Amino acid sequence: MTTSEKKTTVIVGGGHAAGALMTTLLQKKYQHEVVLVGEEPHPPYQRPPLSKNYLAGEVEQASLYLKPRAVYEKAGQQLRLGVRVEQIDRDNKTIRLSDQSTLKYDQLVLATGSHVRRLRAPGSDLQGIHYLHDIADTDALREKLVPGTRLVIVGGGYIGLEVAASAIKKGVNVTVLEAADRLMQRVTGPEMSAFFYAKHIAAGVDVRLNTAVTGFEAGDQGRVAGVTLADGGTVPADIVLVSIGVIPETALAEAAGLPCDDGIVVDEFTRTGDPDILAIGDCTRHRNLFFEKMQRLESVANAVDQARTAAATLMGEEKPYDSAPWFWSNQYDVRLQMVGLSQNHDQRVLRGSTEDKEFAVFYLREGCVIAVDAVNLPVAFMVGKQLVQHRKSVSAEALSDPGADLKALV
Amino acid sequence: MGKIIFVEHDNTEHVTEFEAGTTLMQVAVDNAVPGIDGDCGGECACGTCHMIVADEWFGKTGAIGDAEEQMLSMTPERAKTSRLGCQVKTTEAIDGITVHLPEFQM
Repeated sequence: MTTSEKKTTVIVGGGHAAGALMTTLLQKKYQHEVVLVGEEPHPPYQRPPLSKNYLAGEVEQASLYLKPRAVYEKAGQQLRLGVRVEQIDRDNKTIRLSDQSTLKYDQLVLATGSHVRRLRAPGSDLQGIHYLHDIADTDALREKLVPGTRLVIVGGGYIGLEVAASAIKKGVNVTVLEAADRLMQRVTGPEMSAFFYAKHIAAGVDVRLNTAVTGFEAGDQGRVAGVTLADGGTVPADIVLVSIGVIPETALAEAAGLPCDDGIVVDEFTRTGDPDILAIGDCTRHRNLFFEKMQRLESVANAVDQARTAAATLMGEEKPYDSAPWFWSNQYDVRLQMVGLSQNHDQRVLRGSTEDKEFAVFYLREGCVIAVDAVNLPVAFMVGKQLVQHRKSVSAEALSDPGADLKALV
Repeated sequence: MGKIIFVEHDNTEHVTEFEAGTTLMQVAVDNAVPGIDGDCGGECACGTCHMIVADEWFGKTGAIGDAEEQMLSMTPERAKTSRLGCQVKTTEAIDGITVHLPEFQM
């Protein structure tokens, strides 16, 4: 290949999807220029530990990086970090950066991720109200987690609960306020919600369900002093964490006229409405051949799977995205591993008991396993991965009988 | 401080250097060795860093934990000396180790 044939692929965003794409292109010996433009000063890093062992101070910042920065550079990939992309000019195939430079692309990959959903309520701009999305957020929160501090967490989803588990270990007084009638309602079934509720209560977290927040009470010097509730009460707070979900980052794509629908719309090859622009990860509303309808997923597995699909597309191979999504969470001594999406199930089968240290919930629809949540039972997750991917029809008795070998079902 | 030899399913060899205190998975990822995904970052949560350790080295890779054993028990291509790379710490004892990679990860 001569220099004149060398093209430039620019990746916008420096998160997990972008990092996985860089790695896959390296592994596949992609011959073109690759430039990553990331707003944070860090090379792509693992976000899951932010609410877990990184917040607890158990791992170093450098260990979060998918790879040391030098590895990409040694391989000829460029990282332009600490720079924001301001605009995409599709006619001239350039992007304008916050340092006023422009960059030419032949192919552009949007991996812009998401941003936290803010709680707009009276007092929401007080000092001491935190959000958790990146390393800087986590560093800021961690230094406040000293014994005896009163931390109030708004939102009982993954992030809120993982932070609760990390903070209580450090001697912080933790209260979790959840508007719904159970924890993690969006992502799991009632058995798992009840199990995690009991875990957090046993650890000393004050978990309050059916508790809607109306705003924040001010203390001295513009600092938050409490969280006000719909029932008229107030929960005193030294610090607050609001963890009520994320919003896909679509502003650049929308401004460039690319189709968006609560996410940048892409097909099963990660293509947007512009043949020279792909999009991957949290920012996308995507087609995955595994599902009947378009999906938006906030997960590492989706980020890396779409990154691999995009790498194939960039290299002229057509490998559609067709894998079942999976997730994990660690809270206390609980290893939760999940595969599939359970929302449309018509039957739940429990294997073991939620009183046990290990058990699993299988979610079925019309007799087929569509999702599995496994607690300290990795074999159920691994079996589940295959049952879900292949839409296996399995009898509820075989799933629930602890004497029956799960592995025989595959 | 030492070296690890990764051998892809098609016999392509990658001779890599490592520092003590990391894991076989991280060394493979840092060197962009194809065939190792390590999607969960080393939490023993995903099962995508399956490796088959050369027989003579297997005894030096430490014990297989319960979670790792459960994950491996469902891994296609499992061999007698299979490990999840994220669960094998790099120590001086494995300097020079040869590790084979399966054709596919889960």
